[in-house]
Amino acid sequence: MSTQAIAIENAKTRELTEAVYEHPLIVRLCHWVNAVALFVMVGSGLQIFRAFPSFGAKIPQKDLINWPKSFAIGGWLGGALQWHLTFMWIYLATGLIYVGYQVFSGNYKQVLFVRRDLPGVWPMVRHYFFFGPKPPVREAYNPLQKHAYTSAIGLGVLSVVTGFAVWKPVQFSWLAWMMGGFHLARVWHFLIMWAILGFVFGHLVMVVLHGWNNFVSMLTGWKKDPEYLSK
Amino acid sequence: MNSRTDEKTFRRINRRELLKLTPVLALGAFAIPTLQKPLLKAGLGFSDWASGKLFRSGHLAQTFADSDLTPFNQFPINGYDVDDPQVDFDKWNLTVTGAVSKPADYTLAQIQTLPKFTQNTRHVCVEGWDVVGKFGGVRLSDFLAMIGADTTARFVYVECADDYYESLDMATAMHPQTLLCYEMYGQPLTRAHGAPLRLTIPTKIGYKQAKYLTDLKVTNVLERAGYWEDQGYSEFYGL
Repeated sequence: MSTQAIAIENAKTRELTEAVYEHPLIVRLCHWVNAVALFVMVGSGLQIFRAFPSFGAKIPQKDLINWPKSFAIGGWLGGALQWHLTFMWIYLATGLIYVGYQVFSGNYKQVLFVRRDLPGVWPMVRHYFFFGPKPPVREAYNPLQKHAYTSAIGLGVLSVVTGFAVWKPVQFSWLAWMMGGFHLARVWHFLIMWAILGFVFGHLVMVVLHGWNNFVSMLTGWKKDPEYLSK
Repeated sequence: MNSRTDEKTFRRINRRELLKLTPVLALGAFAIPTLQKPLLKAGLGFSDWASGKLFRSGHLAQTFADSDLTPFNQFPINGYDVDDPQVDFDKWNLTVTGAVSKPADYTLAQIQTLPKFTQNTRHVCVEGWDVVGKFGGVRLSDFLAMIGADTTARFVYVECADDYYESLDMATAMHPQTLLCYEMYGQPLTRAHGAPLRLTIPTKIGYKQAKYLTDLKVTNVLERAGYWEDQGYSEFYGL
């Protein structure tokens, strides 16, 4: 893995600021297209759920929640299915391209959560949630971040796998079987959506907390004066 | 490995990198009303094409023990307009047309001369619920042989007593678990469940399994794909 870096010279003070090319174009493209696709998948998925908002029997039907139509995409079941069955391919394709690129470029090494990151998780949690001291920043991604992003990929894989079990419970009967049958596959698919939404919520909070410079790096690829270089 | 630049050049590099993200804006086409419909139609069409490729003629849907059956009174009745289209059983027959060597009106007794199969299979509704039912009837493939159907034709199209209509791809029509069903739970089909004859297709979603059949046509061309399909549902919807 060779990360591009550049030194930017201030015209007046002649001071140098370091910038690092953190996010290659393919990663940024996949990130934003996948974000849109995820938004559509959740919105249309909730509209599909509205058609039978339960995980029990049809007779007698006990609704779990009356999800508001205004927080759903597609307008009706058939419309939502069109959105869902269209954007699932975009969601899947960007996921595959992203993971494929990470693996073949070796880029995954900076973000994949591995065993040696484990001891660093608790200090970060303590810092973020319990006002603990800030652990030293040594890498582009801290251990908790690695854990979050690696889990998100895992959840993405599970959302696709459970989705295929719901969509094709006969052709992929082994998938449905692994999840405890079609009926439970639908439950898993739903739960994994909420887990992904949990990740997205945490992700967005962090984006806000870490400021503009950090956000811009997912647009241009370049991060000016990254913390892990300045110390 | 470090190169040097000035702030102006760095800003230009950033702008150029930002512009490279413009392909993302292509997704905005889905927000344009005139493009939205054809794009979603294409997406659904792609899913249907993939569904057809994923379908395996020899792969059977799971069958269940009697103890796994959903109780008969908890097997939902989903009619799109009426539960009972008032079929006169004495005058009923199945009108067969299209690419067949023996087009005729077939009575229930004629259909019942074919070997009977009983299966406990899952019925999945597009809404998301599922039940396990006991279905008895004859294989559609046997009936297609009886009427001398050209099984190289692409579709089997059916019409129903309640103006419902449906179509099946030939591969699914020939699947051994695709039945012309006249019995549920060991009893003659009730009116609400589609008497005297309905389709049972464990490899398809519920709305493809039409009830109160009156007409069957073997054809290469579909004028209409199905009641729900023509309103925007998937045409193939295989499970």
